[in-house]
Amino acid sequence: MLVFTMASVSLIAIIGIGLFYRSIPILHQSSWHDLLTKSVWKPLKGLFGFYPFIMGTLWVTGIAIIIALPLCVLTAFYLVEYAHPKVKRVLIPFVNLLSGIPPVIFGVWGVLFIVPFIQSSIAPHFVDFSTGYSVLAGGIVLAVMIFPLIVSILNEVLTTIPQELKDASLALGATKWETIKKVIIRKAAPGIIAATVLAISRAFGETIAVLMVCGNNAIVPHSVFDPGYPLPALIANNYGEMLSIPMYDSALMFAALLLFIIILLFNIVSRIILTRLERKLTT
Amino acid sequence: MIKRKLEELFFKILMILATIVVVGSFFLIVGTIFYKGIPFMNLDMITKTPGGGFYIGKEGGVLNAIIGSLYIAGGATVLGLIISIPVAIYINLYIKGRKITSALIRMAFDVLFGIPSIVYGAFGFLIMVYFGIRASLLGGIIAVTLLVIPILVRTLDEVIRTVPGELRDAALSLGATRWEMAKVVLKQIRPGIYTAILLSFGRGIGDVASVLFTAGFSDNIPTSLHEPAATLPLAIFFQLGSPVEEVQGRAYASALILTLLVLVITVLSEVMIKKFSKHKI
Repeated sequence: MLVFTMASVSLIAIIGIGLFYRSIPILHQSSWHDLLTKSVWKPLKGLFGFYPFIMGTLWVTGIAIIIALPLCVLTAFYLVEYAHPKVKRVLIPFVNLLSGIPPVIFGVWGVLFIVPFIQSSIAPHFVDFSTGYSVLAGGIVLAVMIFPLIVSILNEVLTTIPQELKDASLALGATKWETIKKVIIRKAAPGIIAATVLAISRAFGETIAVLMVCGNNAIVPHSVFDPGYPLPALIANNYGEMLSIPMYDSALMFAALLLFIIILLFNIVSRIILTRLERKLTT
Repeated sequence: MIKRKLEELFFKILMILATIVVVGSFFLIVGTIFYKGIPFMNLDMITKTPGGGFYIGKEGGVLNAIIGSLYIAGGATVLGLIISIPVAIYINLYIKGRKITSALIRMAFDVLFGIPSIVYGAFGFLIMVYFGIRASLLGGIIAVTLLVIPILVRTLDEVIRTVPGELRDAALSLGATRWEMAKVVLKQIRPGIYTAILLSFGRGIGDVASVLFTAGFSDNIPTSLHEPAATLPLAIFFQLGSPVEEVQGRAYASALILTLLVLVITVLSEVMIKKFSKHKI
């Protein structure tokens, strides 16, 4: 039992070391700084600049969070503070069902629904032409994917806030919304931040759904209707050729290492916030 | 006063609208998948393998992918259970007094849970290259096992924690060893184990980024661990891009099959969780 536990815990380190080991060749060829800030991606000439992919990831993730966070915060407030227990009991299972839907299904939905919708209904108002395959499409699909994660964490955080606090505010004549605005938000702030950080790290790593809808052009996006090419999509799209071009496999493993490091940090931060919050509210 | 009331009303409506969007997105997705998938559903789809190549052939169905998915998700869940049951027991029943140790281990699994499947896929690929395994059923099972271990451990850990301390103490005071006590606990959490199995199976069957490098793809049903295998998500992903309408239809139908499978699994696990919390002492 000890062996299994230690083995699976050290998996984190093993994955990190394994990916780093395979990235060494490309790190010998160019520095971290060059890899992260150069924007020319020509594997055949040995030029590997990750900047467009990093920007693609940031755009898609940013859009997803901007869409998802307000919606989820409002939903969580409604479910915890306003909704009748019966309504809540009916609605929560659907959020859980949403979280069970596989990424590829979100991707299919994106291709069939979001992309044509952007192409025909949203983009014409802003730009001359867009295929719909854009960072906006990626952002919307991702937003829906992270709904359940944020809602369920906020739901837990909000239900742990002591009833006495809310009662005190309500007894002073505050409306429910004023109580939320002045008391609950303040108490729940660390939880909201932790949920956001966790959602960002989930969004960073999401691969297939985003890959299917965001165009995959190795350029730095300048508007939401531009196509983008996030890091995970880069890895997934090119694994086929990676052993036939020199350094290519090392470059892709470096991309995986980057993702791994960022997500590791984000996860640790949010988990620390959540554990602290839990301890503070339960004692 | 009126201003405050109006503000209250405004935000309440905003919240209800947000809730409708969040919950409605589920129906929108499932609706889209059904609408597109149902016209292409027929008996051939689930009883035949694709004829004339998965990318251009117009005949047949996706039986290869269905079987491949069941093999990979099933194999990974079994392997994952063999590893995670001892881990969950160890964290809860063997570590004495040292709260920091178990908290750190739990956090490690939380972090592992957050690592995206593409990284597991890439890492699984590294393992395969290291041991000289080609893209195959075995490779897919290894990658998905890595993916589901954190899910299994976290779920099992949560249910073991709900077992009352008195039960363990009673077992111990009767002279049971720690392992015998663990057996009592395991019997107590059996519905929780089923829930964990369902969750892990559901995640395993739907994931594509982890099997993309590791399982390969094949039009045939794999007959050994060393043959490449197709899975439903891979079938959807590859066939959606085909220019042939019938092949795209196969992707839609596969999406419908996968959605149905996953919905059934999720509903079952929800029911299990409810049942479990009802029977809790």
